[in-house]
Amino acid sequence: MSAALAPDAPALPALVDRGGPAQPLLIVDALRKHFAVAGSLFDRRRQRVHAVDGVSFVVNKGETLGIVGESGCGKSTTARLIARLLPADSGQIVFDGDGVDEFGGMALKDYRRNLQMVFQDSFASLNPRLSVLEAIAYGPQVHGLAKAAAHARAAALLERVGLAPAQFGARYPHELSGGQRQRVNIARALAFEPRLLILDEAVAALDKSVQAQVLNLLQELKAERGLTYLFISHDLHVVHYLADRVLVMYLGAIVEIGPVERLYGQPRHPYTRALLSAVPSMDPAHRTERSPLSGDPPNPIDPPSGCRFRDRCAHAHAACAAEAPTLRETAAGHWAACHLDDPGSGHPEAPARVAALARSA
Amino acid sequence: MTTPLLSVRGLGVQFTGARTATALSDLSFDVGSGEVLALLGESGCGKSVTLRTLLRLHEPRRTRITGQISVDGGDVLALRGPELQRYRGGVVSMVFQEPGLAFDPVYTIGDQIAQAVRAHEGVDRAAARERALQMLERVQIPQARRRLDAYAHELSGGMRQRAMIALALACRPKLLLADEPTTALDATVQIQILLLLRELQRETGMSVIFVTHDIGAAIEVADRIAVMYAGRIVEENDVAAIVDAARHPYSAGLLASTVSAAHRGRVLPTIAGAPPDLSALPPGCAFAPRCDRATPRCREVQPALIREGQTALACWHPLVHVEALA
Repeated sequence: MSAALAPDAPALPALVDRGGPAQPLLIVDALRKHFAVAGSLFDRRRQRVHAVDGVSFVVNKGETLGIVGESGCGKSTTARLIARLLPADSGQIVFDGDGVDEFGGMALKDYRRNLQMVFQDSFASLNPRLSVLEAIAYGPQVHGLAKAAAHARAAALLERVGLAPAQFGARYPHELSGGQRQRVNIARALAFEPRLLILDEAVAALDKSVQAQVLNLLQELKAERGLTYLFISHDLHVVHYLADRVLVMYLGAIVEIGPVERLYGQPRHPYTRALLSAVPSMDPAHRTERSPLSGDPPNPIDPPSGCRFRDRCAHAHAACAAEAPTLRETAAGHWAACHLDDPGSGHPEAPARVAALARSA
Repeated sequence: MTTPLLSVRGLGVQFTGARTATALSDLSFDVGSGEVLALLGESGCGKSVTLRTLLRLHEPRRTRITGQISVDGGDVLALRGPELQRYRGGVVSMVFQEPGLAFDPVYTIGDQIAQAVRAHEGVDRAAARERALQMLERVQIPQARRRLDAYAHELSGGMRQRAMIALALACRPKLLLADEPTTALDATVQIQILLLLRELQRETGMSVIFVTHDIGAAIEVADRIAVMYAGRIVEENDVAAIVDAARHPYSAGLLASTVSAAHRGRVLPTIAGAPPDLSALPPGCAFAPRCDRATPRCREVQPALIREGQTALACWHPLVHVEALA
């Protein structure tokens, strides 16, 4: 099998850029997902987890959008809704100008070739009965590639992610280390030649020294193949390193979105500020002295009325309970959902803060 | 610090069975009273095995332990029966990574703490329950009286870890073993638990061994850091000295590959390869196959851990820092 390592191994037909560079690759509009919770037999109230509650954002071509938030904030549910692993209650997804799975739009099968996902648990996301090479070649065969061509392609991809096909191709997932398995998962996702890769906590389970290797690989692949990443993580350091823009979620809603340096340098939303200052100090001479927030993230079954963050927020006011803040642009491309940034919200601290922002701009 | 509270000498742990894995080899370290030592390392480096061995939690039939452990002058490896029970929880106790799994799901939090108190201190039911309440208040659980009657699943992750700490400290141990206590928690909760541990340590003056893979967490709580690799301590020093001037290539690589904003737009420095298989360790330095300073000597002869006062290092070719020469 000399063809196995050929650099120009046959591939699926290339996916074309239809909308041009200005068309966002992905538009997510008012995505919503509530899960019903089984209550007690005699409790007539149907409880619902507000996992994702009206989330809208765009992912531009060639960028890395980071999504951060604590557990239960809905970041993984958002990823699963975008990948159509879960049906959304309502909302629309537009991929490169075409509505997904709607009349006149893009068929779900084509959409799934354009978009692939890498999950946190590298072991659970590989079929234990398929060898590594078979697992990578499986998807392209479903999409119509001949078996020999798919295997040749899989071998080339294994080589690309740093695993020698002769040594690793015939192994099964349990015979690999966590870092190696995650490389296989990346190769498996790339076998479809996708344009958008969703990385859901893809490096969270790896050891620090291996994590750095995989992050470097992701950066190389992105530059090489013109990929767009949706990178979901709870690790603020990793997102700061990788992302171009960052989206912060809290209890199923977006609280802030903006360019990475701006958001990390001048966070607007009190939750983003708390999240950023909760990162352990790396300087033994300046340890963290005070916790920025008390308590745990609240239960998404009954989110508070108005602003969802108000019961943990130091700036909470009656206005925050009355009405939920909407996203407002505070600087170019930097949006935050907080009454403090809205002079008309009725929050007493708002006018001074907005004036201070205007002076600094 | 004349006699250390805990002294470990030449500790080796092997798990036998279908194949023999050497989890710890020739481990020696001291923890003084009131001192916080962090064991830092990646998965499989033996940091959790160290804690479990200190508490004698390993199945004796499948574990071969060599060396010496002494706590407060007593020989831990010689403890049997009731003595061992008094030791566990009374002298040394442990906080686990997954408080959801460490608590018994069919007893309330208050019952479990009270039971531990009664087992160690022969007090009556009411006094034990009163102590449980004090402990929950001490770890800053809101509405502590109500939480006494809560089951573990009714508490949030951060609250459960606070209850776990309350249980561990209920019998006033001299040494607390914390096994990745904040790894499973969210960022804003993690910092609360780290600050709580630091505060409780200051108040009680107990010693703590804090096991973590997160350098940031170690810096927040520890006085000293011991870096472990493949079942051995490779470097030990004050927190500041490790962070500013790590001398073992592995410690330096681990610190350098920790992602931070400074790396943005650049390739991350990495340590090539992966940690070794503990059932087939190389003859020389276990890190040699991944080390760019390795020489034939490193591959053949295991470097011994050389101690000089508070610092220790096991490397044939340590990194030299300019300020160290001056």
